[in-house]
Amino acid sequence: MSEIIHRRPWPLKTIIWLLVLCWVITAGFPFVWTLWGSFKVQGDFFSKADWAYALSGVRTQVETGGIFTGDGYFGAWITKSFWVAALNTMIVVISVVVISLTLGTLGGYALARSGKKYAFYLLMLALVFRAMPHITLVSGYLLPFFEWNLWGHLPTAIIVMVAINQPFTLWMLHSFFLNIPKDLDESAMVDGCTRFQAFRHVIVPVMWPGVITTGLFSFLLAYNDFTVTATLLSQANQTMVPKIASFLGTTQTEGNVMFAVAAVVSATAPLFVLVMFFQRQIVSGLTSGAVKG
Amino acid sequence: MKNRTFFWFILPSLVTMILFIALPIGSVFIQSLHIEHDAVFKEVKNCGPFGCKLEIQVDVEASAQLKEDRPLGKFNGFGTYNNRNHLAASELAQAWADSPNWKIFLSKTYNLPFYRALAFTLTYTFVVTPMVLLLGFCIALGVNSLPKQFKGPTIFVSLLPMIVTPLIGSLILFWMIDAEGILGSTLQWLFEDPNLSLKASPKLTWIMLIIYGIWHSAPFAFIVFYAGLQTVPTDTIEAAMIDGASRWERTRYVVLPHLVPLIVFISLIQLMDNFRVFEPIVGFSAQASATSLSWIIFNDLAGGEGTFFGSAGATSVLTILGVALLLIPVLLRTWRDFKGKVV
Repeated sequence: MSEIIHRRPWPLKTIIWLLVLCWVITAGFPFVWTLWGSFKVQGDFFSKADWAYALSGVRTQVETGGIFTGDGYFGAWITKSFWVAALNTMIVVISVVVISLTLGTLGGYALARSGKKYAFYLLMLALVFRAMPHITLVSGYLLPFFEWNLWGHLPTAIIVMVAINQPFTLWMLHSFFLNIPKDLDESAMVDGCTRFQAFRHVIVPVMWPGVITTGLFSFLLAYNDFTVTATLLSQANQTMVPKIASFLGTTQTEGNVMFAVAAVVSATAPLFVLVMFFQRQIVSGLTSGAVKG
Repeated sequence: MKNRTFFWFILPSLVTMILFIALPIGSVFIQSLHIEHDAVFKEVKNCGPFGCKLEIQVDVEASAQLKEDRPLGKFNGFGTYNNRNHLAASELAQAWADSPNWKIFLSKTYNLPFYRALAFTLTYTFVVTPMVLLLGFCIALGVNSLPKQFKGPTIFVSLLPMIVTPLIGSLILFWMIDAEGILGSTLQWLFEDPNLSLKASPKLTWIMLIIYGIWHSAPFAFIVFYAGLQTVPTDTIEAAMIDGASRWERTRYVVLPHLVPLIVFISLIQLMDNFRVFEPIVGFSAQASATSLSWIIFNDLAGGEGTFFGSAGATSVLTILGVALLLIPVLLRTWRDFKGKVV
């Protein structure tokens, strides 16, 4: 029977194939193109003469002697010290993920097991907090942070991002803990464990799939953030995304747009790898919230 | 769970949220009631070859001292809310009185920074959200009917626009759409207009930003709908087939109703996220033609012309009110559902 459901007339099949093909090209081509172009000189990637120069690499051949060049990468990573920003990003992202998961698992577990009215109100409050545009919060931090000399340091940005991340983490882990049967930790408590011991010895060993999925999204939030890092970090402590934004101002005048292109490709590469390895977790994470709805 | 235990479990998470989400909302409100100090003036005797005269100068030291003593600025009440850069009631009244018809009134309103940003933010939110739903649904239907071995790679590619850093994603598109980039020159060739530049025209900039928004968010809707399609009950579809429902009718009357909760979920998330649209404006350098509420706050804080906490605070409070308006229907609904469950 299900065979019949999936049998489709050929015009419909063609339309479906065309639609999906169009979408795949729209979604994927910009990345392929920018990756390819990052190994060219500016005269090719932004060609005044003919866009096909970017394919054949005419100017690249003239200027560097080869079809491909790593000049953009050298300029960005070494000359403009993009590596410092990459290091900062690593510190920020790892700290944010670890801290927000630690706080989030404790809180999410409590919310899932409470069953009281106030747990529901807290979840609603978290939803409201989740909706706050980040920049409105940042404009509240800026003055106190200036006054207390907290501005510009990595730990400040880290704790702020952990806080901004909490509502989402709580929601996700809460709905995940709801799926772990209550009997598990309750039987441990009947055997004489305290609530925390039950959590530590019974829940922690089985919670990793949900924690990993939530961690991926915390990672994305911290890695992709521009608002917080651009406003709360000093020049020396900049992470990759604000660094790229500051490239735009300086490199356009110096004719070094290719530095920015190379930096953009470098910053996208880790995300690419992430999707490659964790596609299943990302998909299940996106849908878990919806199914509980 | 006992109240005490609950409290200790939730405490760390709650403390960070109160400190860095709830308090800032309060602090933003207090900031919005204050405004930068006026400069302190002093009289200085200035003696030159033609005699001495009294001059009034800015007392830099005293101004700095005052700023240090009271960093918040001086109290201004709701003055900031009503100035030209925010709600601009008097300018609006003036424009209303001067305008013979709606069109002129609207175009005058559009010249006020706050309303300009509001216009783009609302347009962006309410165009991108339905388009994302529609496109996501179509892709989900399409991918669902692909042979199995194609599904994985298609999903992989589809995730990329969503997962990529918004600023980076918009830069990638911006460089392609540049007059010297591949899409820009293709468009020039298509329309046979060598001067066609998407950056120069406000209308095209808006369209470009909206297309970026759809490109960025469609994967999210697609993934959620795709997961929803896996759970459509085959029994119901088979029953509909036996009753003679056509393919279209089956989609319309069986599949779509099954997905309604997901539509609500996606719209909620999309409304929240699109309302704070910000990075694409930076990435596309579109501030000349399109600004958003988030962008003007950012510009007040880090725009390079100085930091205006009062002004940023006032816009932030207005933005938060906007978010609250968007959320009220959802919160009411959820609350009603919850009540129904408990009683």
